[in-house]
Parts: sequence; structure tokens; C-alpha cells
Amino acid sequence: MMNVAATSARALAAGADGRSAGTTTARVEYVLRLADSSLLLGQRLSEWCGHGPILEEDIALANMALDLIGQARLLLAHAGALAGAGRDEDALAFLRSEDEYRNVTLVELPNEPGAHGTRDFARTVVRNFLFTSWQEQVWPRLQEGADTGLAAIAAKSAKETRFHVRHSADWVLRLGDGTDESHARMQAALDALWPFTAELFSADAVDPDAGALQPEWEARVRQVLAAATLTVPPRTPFRSHGKQGVHSEHLSHLLATMQYLQRTYPGARW
Amino acid sequence: MVTARADVTFDTAAAAAVAAASDAPGRAADLAAGGAGDRGAGESLSATLAWTVLRTVPDPEIPVLSVVDLGIVRAIEVAPERGTVTVTVTPTYIGCPATEMIAQDIVRALTDAGAAQVVVRQQLAPAWSTDWIEPAARARMLSYGIVPPAARSSLARGVQPLRFVAPGSVRDLHEMDEVLRCPRCASADTERLSYFGSTACKALYRCRACREPFEYFKPL
Repeated sequence: MMNVAATSARALAAGADGRSAGTTTARVEYVLRLADSSLLLGQRLSEWCGHGPILEEDIALANMALDLIGQARLLLAHAGALAGAGRDEDALAFLRSEDEYRNVTLVELPNEPGAHGTRDFARTVVRNFLFTSWQEQVWPRLQEGADTGLAAIAAKSAKETRFHVRHSADWVLRLGDGTDESHARMQAALDALWPFTAELFSADAVDPDAGALQPEWEARVRQVLAAATLTVPPRTPFRSHGKQGVHSEHLSHLLATMQYLQRTYPGARW
Repeated sequence: MVTARADVTFDTAAAAAVAAASDAPGRAADLAAGGAGDRGAGESLSATLAWTVLRTVPDPEIPVLSVVDLGIVRAIEVAPERGTVTVTVTPTYIGCPATEMIAQDIVRALTDAGAAQVVVRQQLAPAWSTDWIEPAARARMLSYGIVPPAARSSLARGVQPLRFVAPGSVRDLHEMDEVLRCPRCASADTERLSYFGSTACKALYRCRACREPFEYFKPL
């Protein structure tokens, strides 16, 4: 019986206590959720490369994309080793279809607000702020876990995530509490993205304590949003289920771009 | 990912002693064969000499610093019977694109210095800190035009949680921001333009006095 009081990290780390094979599956699933979420946000940020609103932001978004893809490489390799099915980071990134991806839906949403819209910087920085603030809560818990591989990845990632949070929070403050135009765009982005944050904290068998991170996350996020004069929308019953493999229509388009080379030329190397 | 060959493998488990071959099997075999042809069995590079050699291997992005100056070389072990030099390195930033190049440069330098075989192993824990950058290297970094990182121990804030907004202030967001002096004109009238500069490890600043931009190696 799962100890509900344990953090998800400890529950994961306790995998060596002789529980069934289902536990290994849950650990792999949990690591894949982290890995896929980092990978896809990295891919979304990389779409800004060469298109940033100013040079400094172009560079910053590309740098953060690199950090996130770096997290994903280590996490995917770790998930592959845990699963023991011989799939390395490349096989997991490039040869899985969307129903095998375990990222939260928030990160797969496009940078464009509508089907024919242009890349929206407000949407990008609001998402970065909401998601990296969540990562900032996740890493310290994993550092306490008995999975030393995952703890090392978390310790390394935690240092970099702090800069990601600062960067995005800077922009939330500047644009939220900026001109009428920038405020309106930021509020629209928050209204659109906020419902997808519920998934970060929805518990299931893989991550029974996902909700434990919510109070601290919400307190921190709300402080910055309030200082930015933005209004947090009320919670609704809407739930996205990307981490269970049920995705939006946007993921298959993203994967078609990201996986094109390996799908077209299997095994191609640089 | 597929773009970079798996020249190095991350040894994520802190205590694990699993070494990953430094290169594709073909090249590793070539290195070993080359060494055996040049030297008699048992002859090899000493660890002390290997450290000296690595002091000549520059960081690809900040060439005034060696990989030893940066503090990313964590250990060098020599197995005398086979002449294998095992170098343990740790990445600066997790997605640093220079990681593979650094590993290749290390293999090349030690091979040129006479190592029979070189294995580069990556270790993540403990995570790299800018506190590991050597003092003499900080001076060279400054003369190169990059403001070296403040010692995190002097900031004494490394283990505190980030508070976003202290009562009545949002300045807490920038707890690690400091007044930096321009590396060119030494003016303290400088401002941060971005947390991310030409590489992930550097932030971009501007001097309001001499109007020149400069970079700051972020404390990590």
C-alpha cells in the first residue's frame, strides 16, 4: 500500500523495497513526465531562435531551450535505463508517438494564440513563468530521494531553473504592469494558460502526491502576478491529461517537426 | 541528441563507478593501439603530468581559461598496468554545447602527451559551482573582459529559498544581482540587460559610463 504521506520523490525512491513490477513502471512513467515536459518546452522555446523580439531575448530563449533540452537528455537516458528495454535518449525522443509522450499539456501548446496567429511573447513568458516555477518546487524534493541518479539531475537542474524563473518573472512584472497593450496581452495569455496548470497538481497512481506542491507554487506565483497587476482566473473543473498520454491536437504537429529527420532517415547521425 | 555522437556518457549516480568509454569503440581502439606501438608495456603518463597537460587545454568559449581553471576536471586516475588515463569531468551547464568538444580536446591533449588510452567520464554530482573557478583564473577572466562570478559563499544566500516579493518590494527577485564594475573603465554605473549572454553561463550587462557592453559569469 502506497504511503500517501510520502512525497512523490520518496515514493519513487522507495522502489527498491521489493514492490511489484508495477512500481518500476510508475517510476519510469514519472521520470518520463519530467523528461518530456522539459523536452517539449525546450522545443517550443527553440522556435523563437532567430525570431526573438530583440536580440537579447532571442539569445535568452535559445539558452533556456538548451538548458531544458539538457535536462531532457539526462532524464530520458535515466528513464531508458530504469525501463531496461534498451531505449536510449534518442529513441525515446524521436521514435515515440504522441500517445506515448507523458508531458503536461501546458508545454505542448503553441507559442501562437490562434491557428493563424503569430508567435506571442506574452504567452511564451507566462508559460515559462508558470512551468519553471513548478520545476523549482519539484527539483528540491527529488534531491532528497534515494534515486541518486535522479537526485543528481535534479540538483544540477535546480541551479539553472532559478535563472529561468527570474527571467520570466522579470517579464511578467514588466509587461503585466506595463502599457495597456502589454497588460491586455499578458492577461489574455494568463487566462488561456492558467486552466492547464491544474494538471501539474492532479494526483494519480504514478504521482500520488502531485498536489503537495500546489500551495507553495501558488503562493509564489500569485505574489508575482499580483505585483504585475494581473488577475488570476478562477479555477474551473477543466483538466488536461497530457501526463497520462492524452494530448491536445498540437502535439502531433510539434512531433512531426521535431522527429522529421529520424522518421525519414532512421538512424541518421550528424 | 543524435546530432552529437555519444562521446561521453553521463555518470548520473553519484556513487556509481561505471566508466563510459570516451569515444566510439573504433577510435578508442585506435588510441590504445597507437600507445602500445610507441611505448613499452607499463610506461604511461603520471597523474601529475596529466594535470599539467590539462592546464593547457582551453575552454572552447573562454579560451583564456583552461578546463582545470574552470574547475570542471574533478579527478584524474591512471591505471599503470594498462596506461589508461581516466579523467572525470563535470558539466558547467546541463545543456552546454561545449561539453562534447571539451571531452574530445582532453582526449587529444593527453594522447599527444603520451597517454596510452584516455577515458573521459562525466559525473553530475556534486553539481558544478562557480566557486570551483580558481582565484588566478578570475583575474584572467576579468582582463579578458568578463566579470568573474562572486563567490556564492560571500553572497551567503545559496541555500536560502528564493523569495519573490518581500513585503512592499519586488527587488527580492534579484537577490543575486550585485553592483558590478565595468571591466573596461571600472565604473560602477552599470546595468543588467539580460540574464543570458552569448553562452548560458554568462549574463549581459552594459556600462552607462563608457557605453560598452560586457559579460558577467553568473554565480552558480
